[in-house]
Amino acid sequence: MKYLIVALVFFSSAITAEPDQQRQQELRNMLAHDCGSCHGLTLKGGLGPSLLVDALENKPDAFLVHTILQGRKGTAMPPWKPFMTEQEALWLVQKLLKSPKL
Amino acid sequence: MFKLRLLAILALLISHNAQAELRATGDLGLVIERAKGSALIINTTEYTTLAKIESLGDLSHASVVFSRDQRFAFVFGRDGGLSKIDLLQDKIAKRIIQAGNSIGGAISQDGQYIAVSNYKPGGVKVFSTETLELVADIAAEYGDKQLSKVVGLVDAPNHQFVFSLFDAGEIWSVNIKNPKKPVITKYKEIGKQPYDALLTPDGRYYIAGLFGERGLALLDLWNPELGVKRILPDYGKDDEKLPVYKMPHLEGWAVAGDFMLIPAVGQHEVLVIDKRQWTLVKRIPVVGQPVFVMARPDARQVWVNFAFPDNQNLQIIDTKNLAVVNSLTPGKAVLHMEFTPRGEHVWVSVRDDNQLVVYDTETFKELKRLPAEKPSGIFFSARAHKMGL
Repeated sequence: MKYLIVALVFFSSAITAEPDQQRQQELRNMLAHDCGSCHGLTLKGGLGPSLLVDALENKPDAFLVHTILQGRKGTAMPPWKPFMTEQEALWLVQKLLKSPKL
Repeated sequence: MFKLRLLAILALLISHNAQAELRATGDLGLVIERAKGSALIINTTEYTTLAKIESLGDLSHASVVFSRDQRFAFVFGRDGGLSKIDLLQDKIAKRIIQAGNSIGGAISQDGQYIAVSNYKPGGVKVFSTETLELVADIAAEYGDKQLSKVVGLVDAPNHQFVFSLFDAGEIWSVNIKNPKKPVITKYKEIGKQPYDALLTPDGRYYIAGLFGERGLALLDLWNPELGVKRILPDYGKDDEKLPVYKMPHLEGWAVAGDFMLIPAVGQHEVLVIDKRQWTLVKRIPVVGQPVFVMARPDARQVWVNFAFPDNQNLQIIDTKNLAVVNSLTPGKAVLHMEFTPRGEHVWVSVRDDNQLVVYDTETFKELKRLPAEKPSGIFFSARAHKMGL
């Protein structure tokens, strides 16, 4: 039951925090072109690794959100925290896990 | 009489036809539209778009080289696509998918071969320019039979291609005089994560930028037996490394007299190197992480664009004083610049504004804006006759 509540809280916060349409468009553009400059326009990887579903599905959301916001030390991945909120990073992660089409 | 008249008509038809079809290619260029997988053929004298070539695949990080007769452009796509475009007929002459994930390419000194550097499978493939048939396949093998991503591929004098292995930290040169038996020379432990490289315009020095550690790796092709040496090993070592939101590119190497200007990595600076001793002589502060640092053909000016989030800017350095003399804001997401062959104009791609902007490099006045869909790389046919491009 406790887990259910946690899950519900998490789920509903994710829903209520969904960025508005214009911001979604900006985030999609950022993903395709700015993230895409290393991960590829189709996100199948370049100098950076693939961001397609099969590459991400076994990694916890929290880890992926942390990677986006804080970057990864020792790699070329920079922190994107100055440019998006935690909710927006989570929205991107859910987007990436749901479908390759943005 | 009838015969004569027929001849006259024929002659008229032929001359008319010839007039309609005649097109020189020396002032043409190709602009990559990265999101749509298309490219525009443009005329740099008339500022016009002549044609749009479609179905070129995934063109993120696409680059272009030209055949020495300047008739054909070879487009290297991210998806491993290699397309040969006929600039006279506005069409794809031939297209192949040669790998799974690709980053760039080069054309050989004699114009006979096209080399492509691949991420997956890591290596270099060499093709006939004429037919796009595979003539050599060089796997970038290192360590325990691993394959490295290959970056910084250039052509060099004496039938060579030179490139860097990102994962292995190596530089290889390949002589392809006999493409059936390519002669490979490997330089190991040149530094961590070479991310891109360039060849000086005289074809002598190959220099790879390092992401994984400080400095650059230098190979003197006049003295290859001396091996690769590290230059600027200490630069900025006491400074905090700033995040890099887009990898700098080293193509368009800027050499002005004895000085060479290159983008710093993780510092908002352009570095000035004295190439007689390979020492750092100046760090020029700029507004962001530089991506391209490109010299006007006469090298009096160096134009610089920037990584996200400062990519609305362009800054111009006067090489006489080694200082920024002008700053422009062409629009949202300035991705690339290309100078006309003698440098009176520069063309700039502005991705998020869907525009190409042409500037006069003497007055910095904007001359023209042309529509283009998410434009990225701009490549003029004058590259056909430049080493390392």
